[in-house]
Amino acid sequence: MGFLDRSRTVAPADWNRWLIPPAALSVHLAIGQAYAWSVFKSPLEGALGLSGTQSALPFQLGIVMLGLSAAFGGTLVERNGPRWAMFVSAVCFSSGFLISALGAWTSQFWLVVIGYGFVGGIGLGIGYISPVSTLIKWFPDRPGMATGIAIMGFGGGALIASPWSTQMLKSFGKDHTGIAESFAVHGVVYAVFMSLGVLLIRVPAEGWRPPGWEPAVAVVNKMITTANVSARNAIRTPQFWLLWVILCFNVTAGIGILEKASPMIVDFFSGTATPVAVAAAGGFVALLSLANMAGRIVWSSTSDLVGRKNIYRIYLGVGALMYLVIALAGNVSTALFVVCAMVILSFYGGGFATIPAYLKDLFGTYQVGAIHGRLLTAWSTAGVLGPLIVNAIADGQKAAGKSGPDLYTNSLYIMIALLVVGLVANELVKPVAARFHEAAELEEASR
Amino acid sequence: MRRPLIVFAWLWVGLPLVYGLEELVRKVIPLFSS
Repeated sequence: MGFLDRSRTVAPADWNRWLIPPAALSVHLAIGQAYAWSVFKSPLEGALGLSGTQSALPFQLGIVMLGLSAAFGGTLVERNGPRWAMFVSAVCFSSGFLISALGAWTSQFWLVVIGYGFVGGIGLGIGYISPVSTLIKWFPDRPGMATGIAIMGFGGGALIASPWSTQMLKSFGKDHTGIAESFAVHGVVYAVFMSLGVLLIRVPAEGWRPPGWEPAVAVVNKMITTANVSARNAIRTPQFWLLWVILCFNVTAGIGILEKASPMIVDFFSGTATPVAVAAAGGFVALLSLANMAGRIVWSSTSDLVGRKNIYRIYLGVGALMYLVIALAGNVSTALFVVCAMVILSFYGGGFATIPAYLKDLFGTYQVGAIHGRLLTAWSTAGVLGPLIVNAIADGQKAAGKSGPDLYTNSLYIMIALLVVGLVANELVKPVAARFHEAAELEEASR
Repeated sequence: MRRPLIVFAWLWVGLPLVYGLEELVRKVIPLFSS
């Protein structure tokens, strides 16, 4: 594979490890655009005569493909290295936009679904896991912080894409040719932007250690293994499935608020002396995005200090308490409601960003990227579960003639229950049994 | 080591992020002014 080959990406002795986070960010900030797909929904519906359900299809297929390609492509990413993975991600993600541009130009919506959803979705999944194991190897002293920076990028991608895409549609127009031109510009710009990651990414040379850091000194916690577990063995351990439950329920709880954030704050304060206008509710959604992004870097970095198990105790335990406060006293004060929701969303982001370091602690660095890819199926499941619970209950309550906070109370209690189940699962996480460990020579090779 | 490259790389990803954050702050202001 030449330039893309893992052997060509081994860092020279003077390579600085602080070049790796921006390489990872250039991929994650780009693919994080997926969460800004809603910007294209309304123009596509108008230009191609689609329903709301139809216009959501490219995004939904993209998220499904993210989960599938991360789960099935993880081993390939480990074998071929991060540069190959970032290149594949950039090609797929950008081509997805270009195919979608052709689809919009010719008014063939199925091309948009295949382009953005299928081809672009592969770029999402491969890109998401592409820098994870490399970052952990460069920052063995601070793995939570390192993966937190990259995964923060995925949260930040939508912050950039949302106003940028809106502005572009305003300039090019919202008819099918304007949408096609916008898609084409997205494809080209993201290809250039992501190329920084392809060019900069390096794997550390064998035996490299951060100056002054010794693994034997660093490992004082029995929850941090010095052994390695393969991706194939990892899914046979109870620890993998406990983490799967933890991630799934933590994400479900976050999506429970994200999905209905705007109508939720309006409904909560509709019968009070301080109603929230729809325009102001947009500000609330923006604040939640900020909390989601900040939580990824802040909480994940904190996990390096307090330990992974303890930080998930906070995400799940304090998260459940925050939900309880919203359920019992959410409509007492706007500030209280906003703060509680922001804390929950910061835990949602933190949960995503800390999981690679938790995996590294339990399974070692050998195939942590591939294991992470398999664990992301929990995200796909939560992506269906969270909106399903909140929407079904809110619709049911509305049909029963209820209004205001009553529309959401039952969903809030369900989210508390899920978080408590996640908390119990976290308590059950113990070090992986030695029978799942790889032989010593493989462990040496992975270092 | 490689300081100019590090500065360039962080600006490459940092500037778009600053743009996104600035736009976000604009959206948040009405929440507190209503």
